[in-house]
This record gives sequence, C-alpha cells and structure tokens, in this order.
Amino acid sequence: MFTSLFAALQNVPPEDLILAALLIPSAAALLIPLFHRVPNLREAVTLIAAAALATVTWSLYPHIIDGARPELKVWHVAEGLNLAFKVEPLGMLFALVASTLWIVNSIYSIGYMRGNNEPRQTSFYVCFAVALASTMALAFSANLFTLFLAYEVLTISTYPLVTHKATPEAMKAGRVYLMLLIGTSMVLFLPAIVITWATAGTLDFTPGGIISADGENALSPPLISALLALFVFGIGKAAVMPMHFWLPAAMVAPTPVSALLHAVAVVKAGVFSILKVVVYVFGIDTLAKTGAGDWLVYAAGFTVIMASIIALRQDNLKKRLAYSTISQLSYVVLAAAILTPISAIGAAMHIAAHAVSKITLFFAAGSIYTAAHKTEISQLNGIGWKMPWTMGAFTVGALAMIGLPPTAGFLGKWFMLSGAMSTEQWLPVGIIVLSTVLNAGYFLPILVRAFFVEATPVALHAAGAQAAHPKHDDDHGEAPFPMVLALTITAAMSVLLFFFPDVALNLAKLMVAGG
Amino acid sequence: MSALSWGAAEPHLPILLVIVPILGALVTTFLRNSFLAWLVALLVSFTLPFMTIQLLVTVLKTGEPIVYMIGNWEAPFGIVYKVDQLSGYVLTVIALIGAVIMPFARRSVTAEIDERARSWYYSMYLLCLAGLLGIVITGDAFNAFVFLEISSLATYVLIALGRNRRALLAAYQYLIMGTIGATFYVIGIGLLYVVTGTLNFDDLAGRLDAAIIDPGQRNAVVTALGFIVVGLCLKLALFPMHVWLPNAYAYAPSVATAFLAGTATKAAIYLLVRVVFSVFGAAMSLENMPIGDVVIVLSIAAMFLASISAVFETNAKRMLAYSSVAQIGYITLGIAIANQAGLTGSLAHIANHAIMKTALFLALGAVFYRIGSVLYSDIAGIGRKMPLTMAAFALAGIGLMGTPGTAGFISKWYLAVAAIDEGLYSVVFLIVASSLISVVYIGRITEVIWFREPSAAAAQAREAPLSMLIPLWLLVGATFYLGFDTRATVGTAAEAAKVLLEGVR
Amino acid sequence: MMQYLEVFAAHYNYFITIFLMISGLFIVIARGNLIKKLVGLSLFQTSVYLLYLTPAKILGGTAPIYDGSYKLYSNPLPHVLMLTAIVVGVATLSLGLALVVRIKEAYGTVEEDEIFAKDPEAE
Repeated sequence: MFTSLFAALQNVPPEDLILAALLIPSAAALLIPLFHRVPNLREAVTLIAAAALATVTWSLYPHIIDGARPELKVWHVAEGLNLAFKVEPLGMLFALVASTLWIVNSIYSIGYMRGNNEPRQTSFYVCFAVALASTMALAFSANLFTLFLAYEVLTISTYPLVTHKATPEAMKAGRVYLMLLIGTSMVLFLPAIVITWATAGTLDFTPGGIISADGENALSPPLISALLALFVFGIGKAAVMPMHFWLPAAMVAPTPVSALLHAVAVVKAGVFSILKVVVYVFGIDTLAKTGAGDWLVYAAGFTVIMASIIALRQDNLKKRLAYSTISQLSYVVLAAAILTPISAIGAAMHIAAHAVSKITLFFAAGSIYTAAHKTEISQLNGIGWKMPWTMGAFTVGALAMIGLPPTAGFLGKWFMLSGAMSTEQWLPVGIIVLSTVLNAGYFLPILVRAFFVEATPVALHAAGAQAAHPKHDDDHGEAPFPMVLALTITAAMSVLLFFFPDVALNLAKLMVAGG
Repeated sequence: MSALSWGAAEPHLPILLVIVPILGALVTTFLRNSFLAWLVALLVSFTLPFMTIQLLVTVLKTGEPIVYMIGNWEAPFGIVYKVDQLSGYVLTVIALIGAVIMPFARRSVTAEIDERARSWYYSMYLLCLAGLLGIVITGDAFNAFVFLEISSLATYVLIALGRNRRALLAAYQYLIMGTIGATFYVIGIGLLYVVTGTLNFDDLAGRLDAAIIDPGQRNAVVTALGFIVVGLCLKLALFPMHVWLPNAYAYAPSVATAFLAGTATKAAIYLLVRVVFSVFGAAMSLENMPIGDVVIVLSIAAMFLASISAVFETNAKRMLAYSSVAQIGYITLGIAIANQAGLTGSLAHIANHAIMKTALFLALGAVFYRIGSVLYSDIAGIGRKMPLTMAAFALAGIGLMGTPGTAGFISKWYLAVAAIDEGLYSVVFLIVASSLISVVYIGRITEVIWFREPSAAAAQAREAPLSMLIPLWLLVGATFYLGFDTRATVGTAAEAAKVLLEGVR
Repeated sequence: MMQYLEVFAAHYNYFITIFLMISGLFIVIARGNLIKKLVGLSLFQTSVYLLYLTPAKILGGTAPIYDGSYKLYSNPLPHVLMLTAIVVGVATLSLGLALVVRIKEAYGTVEEDEIFAKDPEAE
C-alpha cells in the first residue's frame, strides 16, 4: 500500500509537494486544539501529520537526485523581499532528517508527556507543529528573507516550549533563550542581510554565491570577513561561542523539546543556515580566494574544544549533552570553514549523523528521568542493568558522538579529516583529533558508571543530588514503551546510517557539485 | 471604490471631508442621548474612509494632484485644498483608524466617561477628526495652523475626560506645550509671509527659491524654518519635546488614546514632511540648517531613551506611550535621512505603526473595560481569562518588535536600507539595537500577562465583548497582512516619496 | 552706538514682539501657578499678533478701503489672520482656565509644586 502511495506521489508536481510540506504541519497546528478534550485523537493528529510530512519529503527526494530543483514562488512582499521556496540538496537533507525524526519524536513525546503527567499538553503539541512548519520553510527557503522569516518564527514558536514547565527557573531560562536568539538575529543577522541586499542587489541563494570580491558589486576581503562574522554570530542557533548560552539554558525544557528541537531542528537550522550562507551567499570559491573565511576555523575550533572541556565538568546529564551539542555543531562550521568540497560533504553528513545520534542520547536522558527521576550523572551508578534498552541505545549514541565505526558519526568525521588533510590544514586535523579524545573523556565514564559500577544505596548519594531530586528511587525498571521504542529506532538509525549512507552521501555530493 | 458613484458630490469631496465631521460634531452637541451620539459618530466615521480612498485612488491613477479651490478663489488669493499622493495616503490612514475604533467606542465610552459627558466625547472626537483631516488636506499654511489648533483643542478635551484626576493635569500640560508648539509654527509662517507675501504651500515653494538667495531675506527664511520645525516637533513628540505624551496617553480614556496614538502625531508628521520637502525642498532644508543631522541624533535618542523608559514602566498604557515616542523616532529618522528608501520606510511606518499601536491600545482598552486598571500588578495573569484579547495583544506586540512577516518588519527593513544607502552603517546597528529593547518591554508585559498567577482583579475578568474583539482582530490581521502584501502601504509610500523628493513646485 | 539705536528705531516693533515673546515663555516656564502659566501663554500668543500686524502697516500706505485716488494700501490680510488667531487664543485660554477650575476641584490647589506633592506620580 505504501509503495502504491509512493508511486502515486511521484506523479505529483514537486512544487505541490513543497506546498504540502509547508501546509501539513501548519494544518496540524490548527487542528490539534480542536481535539483538546480527546487526547488520543489529538496525539493521532500529530502522528498522522508527521507521517504525512515524512512521506511528502521522501517523495521529493527522487526529484532532487534526478537533478530537478523545484521552485515555489509564493509572494512578492516588497522590493528585494520575496517569499519563495526552492529545494536544493542540502535543504532536502535537512528536511528529510527533521521530518523523519518528527515521527519518532512524537511517539517519544506521547510516552514522556503522559508518563510525567505534564500539564498544558495541547499547547505543547501545537507549538511543536508550528516549529516543524517553520523548520520545513527554513529548509526549503530560496532566499535570505524567507530563511530569516522561518528562523524567527522558529525562535518564537519554541519559546513556549522552553518555558513549558513555567517554574521561575524555566522563565529565567526562557528569557536567556529569547533574548540571545532574537538579539543575535536582530542586531547581527538582520544587518548582515540588509548589507547583502545593498551590495549584491538580490537575496536569492545562488550556487557560487552572490557576494564577490571582484566585479562591480565587489567587497574588499576585510569587508567580506566582517560580513561573514555578522552572519556566523548573528545565526545564534548555531551556537558558535559566545552565542551559545541559550542552549544549556534551554535544557529546562521537557526532554522531547530538547531532543527534537535542540538536537535536531533548532540547532541544525543554525548550522544549516551558516552552511547555506557560506555556499550560496558567499560561495566557497570566493571565500577560499580572498581568505575571508580563515578566521572561522579558529572561532569554530575554539568552540569545539572549549565546549568539550566545559562538558567534562558538567554533572547534569542534559547539560553535558548540551555542551556536547555545541561542540558537535561547530564541527559542521569547522568543516565548512575548511572550504574544501570533501569537508563540505563531511559537514552535510554530520548534520544527519549528529541528529540521529544526539536525539538518541536525549531520548535516553528523558527516559532515565521518567523512569528513575534521576538527572545527574553521579546518580547513574549501575543503571545500565535496570534499563538495558535505554542504556544500550545511549551506548550507541555515545559511540557515534566519539566517531567510532560502525556508527554514523564515523563517516562525517572521516570526510572532514580527509578534507582537512587534503589541503594540509593541520589545525583542523588537530582540533578534530583532540575533541574526539575529549568526547571519549566525557562519554565513556557515563557508560562505565552505568554498567560497571555498583548501584549505591540512597543514603550515600551526594547531598546536592538528594536535595534536587527527592523523588528518585532505585526500584525502577525501563521507561514507558513508547519512549523505549523511539530510542531503539533512533539508535538503530545511527548504525544503519553507517551501512547505508547513500541518501545523505548522494545529497551531500550533489550540493558540492554545484547546487 | 471608484465604482462608487458620488454623483454631484464628487468634485466637492475634499471640502466634504472636513464639513461632514464638523456637521456631525454639531449634531451630536444637541443630542443628549449618548447612544444616538455614538450612532452619528459611527455613520460619519464609516463614510469618511470611502471618501479618502476615492481621492487617493484617483490621485494614484492620474498621477496628478486634486486641487479644490474654496469659494472658487484661485490660489494664492484663496485657500486651496490639495490632495496628492502623500496627503491622500495620510488621509486614508486617519479615516480608517477612526472607522475601526468607532464600534469599539460604544461600550468603552459608556464604561469610562461620566454620563453627562458622553455625547460631548463624540462631539469632541468628531471635531478632532475634522481637524486632523483638515491639517492633511489643506494647501494653505495658516489654514493648517487653524486645523492644527482645532484638533489640538479637541484633543485636550478628549484627554481631560479621563476618569483619573491626573488626566486633567496631563491635558493641562499638553495644552501648554501644544500651544507653544503651534505658536512657534505660526511664528515661522509669519516670518515666511513677511518675506514672500503668500501663505499657499505651492506658492511659497516657488518664491522661497528666490528669497533664500537674497542675503537680506535669507536670515528670515532660515529662522522661519527653524521655528516651524521646532514647533511641529513639539506637536509630534520628538525627543526631547515628548514630555506631554506619556501622561496624556496614559490617563486619557482608552478609546481616545487608541485614536490619538494612531492619528494625532501622524498629522503633525505629515505637516513636517510637507514643509520640509514640498515647501522648502530637501536640498534647502538640509543644507541651510543642520536639520538632518540634528533630527537624526534626536531620533536615535528617542529610539533608545524612550524604549528604555518603557522597559521600567509598570503602567501598561504609559509603557505603550513611551513605545510610541520611540516609534516616532523611527519615522523622523527616515525623514531626516531623506532618500527614497528612508522616506518610503517612514511613510509606510505611519500606517504600520498606527495599525499596530491602535491594536495594542484597543486590547488594553478591553482590559480596562473589564477590570478597570492597566497596572502590571492588576493585569498579571489575565491572559488565561481574556485569551482572545491577550492573544491579539501578543501578536500586535510581535509586530511592534519588527518580526519578519509583520508590518513592523517592512518599515524597519526600509529604514535599514536607507541608512546603508547613505553609508550610515552605525545607524543601522542603532536601529536594530533599539528594536532589541522593544523585545524586552514587549517580552516583559507578555510574561506578566501570560506567565503569572492571576491577580485579584484579573481573576474576575471575562473575555471582551464582540464589539471590542472584532476591531481588535481586524487590526491584528492587518498587521500580518501588511507584512506580506505591501502594495497599499509601501507602494503608495514609495510613490509619495518619489514625488516629494522630486520637489513638487 | 548710533548704528544700534538706528536699528532699534527702525525695527522697534520686532523688538517689542521679541520682548513679549520671551517674557511670555519665561512666565510659562518659571511660574508654578497654573493660572499664571496661562497668563504667560496668552502673553506669548499676543506677541505673535504683533509679529503679523506690525509689518502689515506699509509706510505711506492708507487704510485698506478701496478708493481710486489712492495707490498704496496697508495690508489687511494679516489682520484677518490674527482675528482667527485671537479666536484660537481665546479658546485656548478659556479651555485652560476651565481645566484649572477642574484641577482646583480635584486637587484643592493651583500651585504646581503643591499638586505634585500631593500626587508625586502625576509628574
């Protein structure tokens, strides 16, 4: 049945598929409140929408592989500002990752929200749907205006999700989240867009870039550098230091939020935007020729190392994962900064690899919280035997983060290292190697604790942990079934992506070949 | 609109635009029943937008201004009413805002104003409307002063009708400052009259070219320009002459604030643009006096200092009043930068800001209607009790911040482009930085409304009535619609800017 | 010295205008009594009347009543304009005084500092 549905969708013009991809989550956002009183139907709306969205995006994939670049021009807003969509390989990859993981995340959310008896679940699912709609819009954006619009909607729609718990701590974190993300986008990103418009006369993403160092609209290399800096630090979602504070703050959100949004949608939107800007606004050649992107290696490299060092010192599991995310995001930025086609492929692959692996880790963290009410790593002694599926998946995710085969993380790092070595840029090589060691340094101890350390009785736990989590108990089993199902699926995907990397690899290669 | 047949009235639309509200005011003076008074005001308010749109559409289609000679006396002997792209646009904004507010007004006025004074409210409102429309449509400088004072005097009464005794003080302070401003304006006009012998805008424009070169008359012309600009800046509340505005907006009746926030300062801005660009001409204004630089500095000061004051406010209406001062700074900034993008952005912001601010004030008016207060301590947690109203407030607030997809973003975009076109990179960053402060005060009030426990007052609130919700949501819808379909705002504004910069003589 | 006296004599109407303007403004700013402020405002507005009227008198011109035997007339237009301005001034003054009456009823005083002492937030 699915194959015939698929075949039927092949005949739908790709422009309509783009429209469907945008409308499906938006429609879900409107429909969900109607079922406020019937939770099972309400959840069904989300699941059906997620499945439909994934089907639509996967139907676009063959078109892109064939070389088509479908466009959808929606509206001419003002001079230079157009609401338009265009699917190109990188966007396709991002959309595939986000839409596929939405299904898994929705299954997980149902388990988590019900398992923890979270309040205000309707607004939760509505905001999620809006966030996904804006993620799709961002992935398929054809110009900087559409990207910026989707970017801001994403920030605004995820704010209620971050402050969902409505505790004073959550509100404070929400303020940091909002101010940092909107601050960077308003004060740095927007001027960068205006300057781009003023210089290049267009905001459309064009293979080869629209900013050039020669020709009539030329910018001098220092100015190109400055403009790139405005973009990189303005796109706060990519968490390049010092614009990273929002990410640990956002960990107060319920874990499904942290999982899909802050491991996949929001943060990937950030690095995706930076990649898009580097490839389609500046153009790799322009940056390589003028050397305007050289400083980015240092900024990204610093973030990679620094975030890993800070991660080492975190006891809160989600915070450690957050800093790990910051570090991994800058891998992508670093790969882009190396400015070789091979490393760009590595960047794209890492977007996919990190997404499936990190979401697994967050799923596991939420699973531990739901079943055992534990949040600190020091409390996790021996938990591997009580929650084998959860910690098994965690192990897979951790190995992927470190970059060991047979997990997806290996491929991304492999390409990045190849790219760096091929142009004899030894600093990125050193950074990648060092951070791999650091990754092992903060992930392996968790695994050791979980499987090889005896569970300590309650009285011997650290005082701080006791006070913060009075409810934690040692007499627990696995998490609710939907959660375990979800994390098993994503763990499996982390491994499968190693053996069947074609989808991601093909799209990455197409991106590098010329958009 | 052009299909609407006005018949014999059509050639007289310009004067009817002023006469109809004045007659309405006269009629309501004799009506003691406030419902009937409201009905008359409603009828008048609903007719006016059709007239203004008819005029605007005609001007845009033909490209030629509509000139109406009062009493058939030709300019410069008689007073002439002139509708061109700019005045047609501002007329439409004022008329539409007045029309949208009227359905809202009935319950709000009944709740906030004493029974004896209710029909007087509608008389004063119609007089104010007549005055504002008159300012924009007239082509005679002194006539503009007369209408300026008509609208201002009516405004002082409107504000004084507020329940709180502080409204009286606010009205008094506004009276003093407003009269000084208007008098400065008339001093400037007087000097111009002494030099050129005419009061008609177009005629003045023609004669000033010669006068500015003549060394004997140059000083008078430059002084006149100074007086006029300062006088009008007092009226439009440019920092630091904005002191009257926060109290006036805070303590006036809610409908009055909503109306004034969207229209009163905009009429003064229109007059400023007309004088600076059409009468003196951009080149003359900006090279003879450092008006451009001074206004840029004051605008930026307004944007920052007013926004910061808004952050610390605990009275929601006062907070929005300071926000208005900041937004007026944006408009004057674009005018001072004086290129195509800048003027387009400023003129577009006249409409965009009017729509967003009126929506915000209407939402607060609905809250005041239900619980009698707009202090942060009292409106805490009211989001859950009045979800539709407060959702509209939040959405209009998002527009005010300049989020893409809303009207507010469009204006900001054009202002940023204008600054870059002139190479003023620091100004670009100052514009966006001050927008960031607006995020803080909008975020703060949103937190108070949605994320706090309901206060004692808020717990008793119910959702606002339909007559209040419909105008409110119409305006919110317009905020988002105009963020995408900018033909009405930016399209017209760009045309008007082009004409202004060519120097219509 | 003579030079300055000449200038003064030739333009004495403007000097009087300026004097009234400044005194009016000064009273508005410097006096705390609400009624006195209004007096200052009226004084300020009166100076404007002079600003318009005095240049209207053309030296050697006669009253502006048309008669074939006269060629030079004083300008009547500013007088007309100032009639309007006087009306505006009167309206403003009466509105201001009405407000002061209401303020007195509400606050019990018309001294600005006393009012702000009673109601500090009103400033």
